[in-house]
Amino acid sequence: MDFAIYTENLARIYKIRGGKKSEPKEITALKDVNLQIERGELFGLLGPNGAGKTTLIKILTTLLAPTSGWAKVAGYNVTTEADMVRPRINMVSGGESSGYGLLTVRENLWMFAQFYGISSKDANQRIKELLDVVGMADRLNSKSSDLSTGLRQKMNITRGFLTDPDVLFLDEPTLGLDVGASREVRRFIRKWVNDHPLRTILLTTHYMVEADELCDRVAIINKGRVLACDSPTSLKKRLQSDAIFRMEVSPLNGLEINQLENIPGVGKVSHHPQDGSVILELILKQDDVISAVVNTMTVAGVRILHLQKREPTLEDVFVDLVGRSMEEVERVQNATT
Amino acid sequence: MRQLRKNTGWRLFIQTVIARAYPRVIGQQREKSWMFFDIFLPIMGISAYVFVYRAIQAPEEYVGFVVMGGAMTAFWMNVLWSMSSQLYWEKEQGNLALYIMAPNSMMAILLGMALGGLVATTMRAVVILGLGSFLFQVQYQVTNFIQLMLIFILAMVSLYGMGMMAASAFLLLSREAWHISNLAQEPVYLLSGFYFPVKSLNFWIALSASLIPLTLGLDAMRQLVFPSGASLGFLSVPVEISVLFILSILFLFGSRYLLGYMERLAIKEGRLTESRR
Repeated sequence: MDFAIYTENLARIYKIRGGKKSEPKEITALKDVNLQIERGELFGLLGPNGAGKTTLIKILTTLLAPTSGWAKVAGYNVTTEADMVRPRINMVSGGESSGYGLLTVRENLWMFAQFYGISSKDANQRIKELLDVVGMADRLNSKSSDLSTGLRQKMNITRGFLTDPDVLFLDEPTLGLDVGASREVRRFIRKWVNDHPLRTILLTTHYMVEADELCDRVAIINKGRVLACDSPTSLKKRLQSDAIFRMEVSPLNGLEINQLENIPGVGKVSHHPQDGSVILELILKQDDVISAVVNTMTVAGVRILHLQKREPTLEDVFVDLVGRSMEEVERVQNATT
Repeated sequence: MRQLRKNTGWRLFIQTVIARAYPRVIGQQREKSWMFFDIFLPIMGISAYVFVYRAIQAPEEYVGFVVMGGAMTAFWMNVLWSMSSQLYWEKEQGNLALYIMAPNSMMAILLGMALGGLVATTMRAVVILGLGSFLFQVQYQVTNFIQLMLIFILAMVSLYGMGMMAASAFLLLSREAWHISNLAQEPVYLLSGFYFPVKSLNFWIALSASLIPLTLGLDAMRQLVFPSGASLGFLSVPVEISVLFILSILFLFGSRYLLGYMERLAIKEGRLTESRR
């Protein structure tokens, strides 16, 4: 089968040089990544910051060499046939500040179109069409330094679609955007894939809702490894037999999370401290295990403020696979770096 | 939307050169502060030397030497800050990754940067030269216009070739690129004889300084536009033309080789994207 993206045992190790007081060390950013993404798919890579998503994108966009393994994009090897890969791809990163602030939106987009060999006439026509689609037609001649973060990101996204790539890489495309702008961007991404049945998008995100709403398939990645890969619905079905509860409680009064996890029938517990309360997400084997959880809390003097049973989400799938919520993983990483 | 036609080969190369030159030729003129920083400040620097030469009653040609040297500093500053360390800024902005990932040649990007910088800086240099000559009543007497143009072109090709080579070498650097540029700025004013005839330096120092194309370019141009220029020249004009020609070839081919090597190394070591990602 002709895949848009194919990777086999892809790995990347960064070598960090030692300083006067530190030893050189190696960081494994990716390990044994095997992915097969079909043409026409909107594929999501879901994982916390530092999971290896951006490293994978860098390799697939020919910007970084893998330490071992290999990858093909649009049918060509990213290491040995980079010149064949490059005309067929484009990339947009969240929060990027590419282009030049002194140039207008049109001039910036025109410049990047030239790097792909698109004639000025075609480029200008497409720029107008695309800016119209993203609701920026009136900003055509605004200096890009005058744009808000949201508008700037829309300009970047337009840049990615402008060259009509076979495979488009979107690295956290809605990072830093407000809810409304994110929704518009997601709508545009979905429309682009629907309108072009052979176009492929690889999207990285750490927003569960984004992956759930947009992607045909999702790979969950953590510490450089792909832990699961399936459609959002199938991934969530893995937890269909479990009971998932969301609980808001008063501060835990010394009650340890592992005391809850040790209760028979409790699968995973993730906790998110709030201002004056704690949110607990519990994955239980059966509904009735909740009574044992409630008992343990009552004995520990923890008050239950709110209790809700809900359907599984991709966040629950992540907790089930990793043992912690994405937020907790990022918190631990931030504390250790 | 219909299927897009995309040029390849030399058409893509030329498109890339023009597109990358565009922000420098058009964009940079929109920031009007350049008139103060790129014109007024250099004129102040020139004035200081002119007053010193006049105070010590140096030959009047020296005033012309200073004005010409002051105009040429614009090119040195441009090569140092907008060529050599440019790829570091491009990397931090996120542009470098997009340049490399696109199907264009990086050599075309560098050429575009050089061409755009050359055009924009020539405008500044012409204004400095005109204003300086007017303020200090400098008289020029061109003995060979064709040679003068040839020297200017060769000096620029080799200077910007050197800038492209430095840009390639700086590709792997991070913030050090900024420090190196800072370090190179002032010594070259001295070594290349921006404000005095380079012949005044020790022969071997002047010869070593000739690796910087502006040294011989400036020396040869002074010989051709001032009556006593030839007597103050370091080497004869034909020799300086020949050396500049060789330097042009060396730097252009050197930058091409170095760029390819550095790009491969940067991809291997993962140094092509901004440090925050």
